[in-house]
Amino acid sequence: MFQVRIHGRGGQGVVTAAELLSVAAFNEGRHAQAFPSFGSERTGAPVVSYCRLDDREIRTREPVMAPNAVIVQDVTLIHQVDLFGGLVDDGYVLINTSRTFEELGLDDLSERFHPEHLMTCPATELAMEHVGRAVPNAALLGAFAALTGQVPLPAIGIAIRERFHGAVGERNVAAASAAFDHVTREMEAAARATST
Amino acid sequence: MLRQLEGSKAIAETVALCRPEVVCAYPISPQTHIIEAIGVKVKEGSLAPCEYINVESEFAAMSVSIGASAAGARAYTATASQGLLFMIEAVYNAAGLGLPIVMTLANRAIGAPINIWNDHSDAMAVRDSGWIQLFAETNQEAADLHVQAFRLAEELSVPVMVCMDGFILTHAVEGVDLMDQESVDRFLPPYDPRQVLDPDDPVSIGAMVGPEAFEEVRYLAHLRQLDALDYIPVIAEEFERLTGRPSGGLVHPYRTEDADTIVVALGSVLGTIKDAVDRLRDAGERVGVLGITSFRPFPIDAVRRALAGATRVVVVEKAFSLGMGGVLATDVSMATLGSSAVLYTVIAGLGGRPIPQQSIESILAQAMTSELAALTFLDLDEGIIERERARMARTRRSGPFAENVLRDLSHPREDRS
Repeated sequence: MFQVRIHGRGGQGVVTAAELLSVAAFNEGRHAQAFPSFGSERTGAPVVSYCRLDDREIRTREPVMAPNAVIVQDVTLIHQVDLFGGLVDDGYVLINTSRTFEELGLDDLSERFHPEHLMTCPATELAMEHVGRAVPNAALLGAFAALTGQVPLPAIGIAIRERFHGAVGERNVAAASAAFDHVTREMEAAARATST
Repeated sequence: MLRQLEGSKAIAETVALCRPEVVCAYPISPQTHIIEAIGVKVKEGSLAPCEYINVESEFAAMSVSIGASAAGARAYTATASQGLLFMIEAVYNAAGLGLPIVMTLANRAIGAPINIWNDHSDAMAVRDSGWIQLFAETNQEAADLHVQAFRLAEELSVPVMVCMDGFILTHAVEGVDLMDQESVDRFLPPYDPRQVLDPDDPVSIGAMVGPEAFEEVRYLAHLRQLDALDYIPVIAEEFERLTGRPSGGLVHPYRTEDADTIVVALGSVLGTIKDAVDRLRDAGERVGVLGITSFRPFPIDAVRRALAGATRVVVVEKAFSLGMGGVLATDVSMATLGSSAVLYTVIAGLGGRPIPQQSIESILAQAMTSELAALTFLDLDEGIIERERARMARTRRSGPFAENVLRDLSHPREDRS
């Protein structure tokens, strides 16, 4: 089973992101379970959502306590809430930012986790460019697909189009593709740096 | 068709396939998404003929459902928690009058302290109301139970409550195989009321009944509940023949055949418990779990048969009776009466407290070595309890205990009183 925890703030599409990821995996023939952290969500308040992916039936109803990946949609949550609690040793971290882990004061993460599993993506900028609104969730799903390989990018696109029809859907798909390409380039650059 | 969708949406789609003629509900978390989605269907005309009636409260929602049902309409509503308490007088009336209303209860805790999260306190508060209460393990079963509920309710002229864990199921997005209209129509014939307010053939419904007949009327209602014990498995079998899915029925045993230790539970926590059972089985332990789908009527014989070989029975329940202990456990104890099985009660998941698989495994390990207390509160923070008890012993005006506990949690070391 692969478990994802998504952190963000109310209004950023945190719950929708988990749902779209589950739909993408479902369309690929996998079992998926998405759910929000249940609370009185308000715009701007910290929000958490979860998604489980598996090749067999998912029966558990416990919260995700040991995620394989953490997606951070809003950097202002860093040092405010426990973003990386329970993340497994070979887990992935994906942060929506144009800054580096060092600039965010997260240097210690590279000691605790595989450096190649730590990734940033300027998802809000990509969303502004392609969608015209600061909704980073679709872009981050594209970035997640590139980073983890858990779902193919076209499946993310189909899930986005199922949820958002017409131009809005297409623009979000474009943002997801741009983020996918960004992360792919980053990973290739990192691989070249390691091999030399 | 198998679709990946939110539990609430799956319920709304399924209820619509059941062709309700009157839907009347008042929004309350975590039920709101269900009735919003049904409201949209009525408004856009995809659910027709159906009247969606907006009201000012849950009391009115159930009262309208009673009126609609008595007039011969297939009536549906949904609520949770305080909403159920607010309609409780009408809830009893619906059952007492024998009106086959179907209601979704998106299980949620009851205040005070106010809490919007899941447990089973609301369902237990109307345990004795005369409604049939069916508990769903998954969103698939929740959807399927609604189709069965209309059939059951109308066949027996008894209202049926489908209980599904609030948030944990209602807000979870997972795969649900939605039925098609033809299959639902084949399973659920048009409503043919046993009693109806018909101007051409007038009757009155709701007589005052004095001591000379009250016991008999109540006993007849009890007999109808017992009839449901026979009928629930029959319609579940028919449903399985139609859909291939083993949804509903009285109980769901899992790996209980040769089990020494059997867990008993209601609702979605059964999934987590099954995972725990599999792990313990892999370690060579003879454990199983019995899910109870029909809580009212309580299938005492089916429970007795399922638990016959067990030496330990661990009831895990998301509600309790203050000053007594488990509610489900008390019923289970009637089923194990005369057996030598040791009965343990574990209260878990109150007010949305997560129930981790590890905690389930831990209490089962304790039960199997006879170290488990007869009544256990899962993952209880003893330190917090001791601090508040000490404060109360020390100070007369110790203050409101909910606020004290919250303050203690955010200031773990500092004692402010």
